[in-house]
Amino acid sequence: MLLDPKAGILVQGITGREASAMVEDSLAYGSPIVAGVTPGKGGREVHGVPVYDTVAEAVRRHGPTVSIISVPAPAVPAAALEAFAGGIKLCLIMTERVPRLDTSRLLVAAREAGCTVIGPNTLGLIRPGVAKLGTIGGRVDNVRRSFMPGRTAVLSRSGGMTTEIASFLTSRGVGQSIAVGVGGDPVIGANFTDLIGMLEDDPGTDAVVIYGEPGGGAEEQLAERLARKPSRLRINAFLSGRFVDDLEGVRFGHAAVIVEGGRGSVRGKADALRSVGVHVADAFDDILEGLGAPGMTTPAR
Amino acid sequence: MRLLEHQGKRLLAGFGLNLNAGTVAASADAAREAAAEIGGPVVVKAQVPFGGRGKAGAVKVANDPGAAWTAAAELLGTTLRGHRIAAVSVEPRVSIRREFYVGAAWDCAAKLPVAILAAAGGIEVESSRNVARRSFDPRGPLPASAGAEMVDGLGIDARVAAELGRVLEKVTRALVECDAITVEINPLAETTDGILIGLDARVEIDDDAAARQQVRLAPLGAISQGSLGRPATPLEAEAARIDALDHRGVAGRVVEFGGDLALLIGGGGASLTVFDAIQRHGGNPANYCEVGGNPTEEKVAALTALLLGKPGVRKLAVIMNVVNNTRADVMARGVLLGLDRAGRTAAGTIAVFRIPGSWEDEARAIMAAAGIRALGREVSLDEAARLAVTHAA
Repeated sequence: MLLDPKAGILVQGITGREASAMVEDSLAYGSPIVAGVTPGKGGREVHGVPVYDTVAEAVRRHGPTVSIISVPAPAVPAAALEAFAGGIKLCLIMTERVPRLDTSRLLVAAREAGCTVIGPNTLGLIRPGVAKLGTIGGRVDNVRRSFMPGRTAVLSRSGGMTTEIASFLTSRGVGQSIAVGVGGDPVIGANFTDLIGMLEDDPGTDAVVIYGEPGGGAEEQLAERLARKPSRLRINAFLSGRFVDDLEGVRFGHAAVIVEGGRGSVRGKADALRSVGVHVADAFDDILEGLGAPGMTTPAR
Repeated sequence: MRLLEHQGKRLLAGFGLNLNAGTVAASADAAREAAAEIGGPVVVKAQVPFGGRGKAGAVKVANDPGAAWTAAAELLGTTLRGHRIAAVSVEPRVSIRREFYVGAAWDCAAKLPVAILAAAGGIEVESSRNVARRSFDPRGPLPASAGAEMVDGLGIDARVAAELGRVLEKVTRALVECDAITVEINPLAETTDGILIGLDARVEIDDDAAARQQVRLAPLGAISQGSLGRPATPLEAEAARIDALDHRGVAGRVVEFGGDLALLIGGGGASLTVFDAIQRHGGNPANYCEVGGNPTEEKVAALTALLLGKPGVRKLAVIMNVVNNTRADVMARGVLLGLDRAGRTAAGTIAVFRIPGSWEDEARAIMAAAGIRALGREVSLDEAARLAVTHAA
């Protein structure tokens, strides 16, 4: 299961403004952040967390196996490679606007190092009542109000919608085993298909709510996987951006069409998922329909 | 960033690719001179950042300089899918024996770049069965030997296979070295003299790599912006300018629509969700927009005033998901400041205000002082959209 509750957490880029606020909220929620790294700022503390110059030193002293990367985009590849070299097994990359080439290259290195990458461009992930990685949920009072422990996972291409969906589930009495903002970029580490595979091995998860968007092929790829190998998990999906299908086509050459083979439209994604038994909600409020999660009540319209 | 044909060709020529280079002409007289210099038949091609030009009549054959003048005069200054044609490229006409398609792009599901080769060029390539794809290591180009293997099953003879392999190596090297999203040579023609030459090129560069690609891009001249199938409207351009004022957070990314209900919505996913819901409930959005990532009060105020300044806009709906790192109180203050600048009252303008999440209690107090009852998370995104439509009617 992603995010072992006992695993120590490292924050790379810990002295940044956003990272510092994230550390404060995460510690308050109980996340075991054991060390931070900012080159040249070793010896400082951020909300009581010791800062080191290198990942190697932080790992030697505190033994974290999880890392959160919150460094400027140009510094992401080096930070990620340093994390992999330090034996980090789960790496969450919060940074936005990482060039696609850099992401692809660091994912090759992650595979070789046996490290799972979430992101880039993610607000993070949370196991309610256990720990959170990243700014997901924001201030700790909002984290507690939005998430509650349970047996339904939330996987979302939008960070904001991760919390929105979890908050909606919580208000309907449906707790979450984990909620993951998978990252908003076209090329990301663990995608829907990868994460569903991991959740199938998690005895604490019965159902999954997926949030998808126009573009890319992550939803279609999941549908193909489910067609090949049905899942024990009950899967519901909500897809937004239907209006984008109706905007005037923006064609620029043929490569995207050849590679994606007509993937990308919200209608196409909905059809693909429905064809393999995924319940696709037309309206956000129908997201729980037929989910069958324990303790679930059908939402009133 | 999508390069114009002549820009893409210049970029790719730097990788040793043989491309039918043109002379760029911004006037009919310049096109005639270019044709005279080339001598013999030429092709006059409108320089616009999208494909399908042939079908749209924006590629014309001219047998002599006078005909080139006429072709350029017909194209220049006209508008194609919203893009004003400011320049044409005048290129020697090539005698073609057969055409191929060569490209490189990204397989996002596989998380790897992919090389593409087809035995048919032109617009038929998408429907052709004879297309080979091969993903490659993002650290390298695809080696020419591996590229040459892609011809297997495409009905391409061994004679050109080695040469196509070398073209694929150059194209895939261009993809990784230029941070390209797409590199496409289509068609890659084999001339009647047996020479491989690219007649058209499409290159799109990753926006996120723009900074480190400046050295390569700057010499190419102005690069058209905007990912829509049309140029940005003045309102959209102004929103982008506001967004660029400060690197903190997003308060821009506006797409203009024709309705009377202004939308200040976010984050990215919730913006899509809310826009869908507004339309489903029968509302008429004046715009789509994305706000998120904790923008400054000033950016929110400027964007609010901009959206309300659009003629015909009557109401404003402010709807965000349960916010994480965005502060609801900063949003509330920014919206009120923007209303003030637009000379509007909160009570008379705000259809709904729904930003639950971090700092929501503070935001609720700020809005209450302005006479607005902020909605909480108990009102879903869908319901908030319905209420906005009802209150805007």
